[in-house]
Amino acid sequence: MAGHSAQVDNSTLWGGKESPFQTSYGKLMMWFFLVSDALTFGGLLIAYGSTRHATLEAWPIGEETFNSLPFLGHGYPLLYVALMTFILIVSSVTMVLAVEAGHRMDKNGVVKWMIATIIGGFFFVGSQAWEWYHFIHGSEFGKIELADGSQAIVRGHFGEIQNFTVVTPGHHHKKGDVIKTDLMHEFQHAAEKGNLKDGMIKLHDGSIAKVNKAADEHMELIIKKKGKINKVGSKIEGKKAEEMYYASLYSGQNNRVIYGANLEQNEYGPQQYAQFFFFITGFHGFHVFSGVVINIIILIGVMMGIYHKRGHYEMVEKTGLYWHFVDLVWVFVFTFFYLV
Amino acid sequence: MERDDVIEYSLHGHHDEEQGKKIRKKIWFVTALLTAITVVEVLMGAYIKQSSDIWPMVKWSFIIMTLFKAGYIVMVFMHLGDEKKTLRNIILIPYFIFVLYLIFIALWEALAVSDALQLNAF
Repeated sequence: MAGHSAQVDNSTLWGGKESPFQTSYGKLMMWFFLVSDALTFGGLLIAYGSTRHATLEAWPIGEETFNSLPFLGHGYPLLYVALMTFILIVSSVTMVLAVEAGHRMDKNGVVKWMIATIIGGFFFVGSQAWEWYHFIHGSEFGKIELADGSQAIVRGHFGEIQNFTVVTPGHHHKKGDVIKTDLMHEFQHAAEKGNLKDGMIKLHDGSIAKVNKAADEHMELIIKKKGKINKVGSKIEGKKAEEMYYASLYSGQNNRVIYGANLEQNEYGPQQYAQFFFFITGFHGFHVFSGVVINIIILIGVMMGIYHKRGHYEMVEKTGLYWHFVDLVWVFVFTFFYLV
Repeated sequence: MERDDVIEYSLHGHHDEEQGKKIRKKIWFVTALLTAITVVEVLMGAYIKQSSDIWPMVKWSFIIMTLFKAGYIVMVFMHLGDEKKTLRNIILIPYFIFVLYLIFIALWEALAVSDALQLNAF
C-alpha cells in the first residue's frame, strides 16, 4: 500500500503545519474532557430517568418538595431554585465577558469579570448547601402513614409548639416543670420513635409531658402511596385531615412519620429519589466548587501578568469552557429534578 | 529552537474594541433570553399542576426549552459556533448518537420493568 501515499502531493497531505481543527492543543483537550464529563452526567441523568420510569410509587413533585425560601419559610414553590439557576447563568455571563476582555488583552477587564464569576460561584455553592440542609431536615409535618396503610405528605402551616408541661416526673424533670427549649427537635424525635401518645410526649429522661401546641392551619394531606382506602394523588383537607394526621402521629407506634431525607429514608417519595438527588446535585456541586478553585488559580495568574506576557489569555478561555459546562449541566439537572 | 512553521492558534481569538462591542451586545442578548426562558419555566412549573390535562405538553415544552438554553450556552458562551465545522461535528455528533441510544434503551427497559412489577402487584 506504500505506493498510494506517494501519489498524494504535498498540498493535500497534512504536513504538520495546519491543524485540521485549527485550534490549540489545550483547547481541544479541554473539549474532549468536557465530552467525557458530559457522558458521565448524561449517564447519571438517564439512570435517574429510567429509575423513575420503573418505579410504581408516586415520584416527588418539584413544586411540592422544594418550596421554601431562606428567612421566609414555606409556600414559595421553586423560587429558590430559580434564584440559584439565575445566579449560575449570571456567573456564566460574567465569565464569557472575562474571555471577551482577554481577547482584547484588557487585563483589568479580565480581573474584574473573573472576580464577579468567583463570587457567583460561591453564592451558588452556598445555596446548594442550604438546599441540602432543607432537604435533609424535611418539613415540619413529615410524611405520615395513615390508619389504612397509605402514606401522605402534608401541606399547610404547622402550629407552633409553645412548651411541654411535665405530668409524670423522670430522672431530670419534676412534675409541673415547663420545658421551653429544643421543642421541635424533641417533638420530631419522639414522633419517629413512637413516643407521642394522646397529646403526651415521653422525653429522653423517661418523664411524660403534655404538649401545648397552637392549632395548625390549612392542613392538606396528599396521598403518595395507596392504602386500603386512599388512592395515590387524592387530597384530604381541613378537620378530617387533622384528625387523620394526629391519629397517626399520636398513635404511640414508631416509624409512622418520617422527617426529611437521607440515604435510608425519604420523606418526599421513593428512596431512590433521595439517592439520586444527593449523588447528582452533589456531583454537580463538586464540579462548581472545583470550578471556583480553578478560577481562583487562573485569576492569580492573570493578576501576576503571566498570560499578558504570553500574548494571549487562552487559559481564561479554557477555564471558561469548564465553567460554562457546569452551567450547562445545571440547566439539565434543573429541568429533570425540579420541573418535569 | 523556535519553529516558524507552527501556527499559534491561541492568537486567533483576538479582536479589537469595535468587534468587542458587537460580541458584548450578543452576550447580553443571550443573557436576557436565558433568563426569560428560566422565568417562563418556573412560572409554568409553579402554577400548572401535574394532574392537569395539559401536563404532558408542559413537560415536553420544558425539555424543548432546556435544549434551547443548552444550545445557546454551547454555541455562544462556549464559542462552539465560532469553531471550525469539523470540530463542532466531532464533539456533537458522537455525543448525540450515544446519548439518544442510551435514552432509548434505558427508558424502554425501565418501562418493561415497571410493567413486570405491575403484573406482580396483582
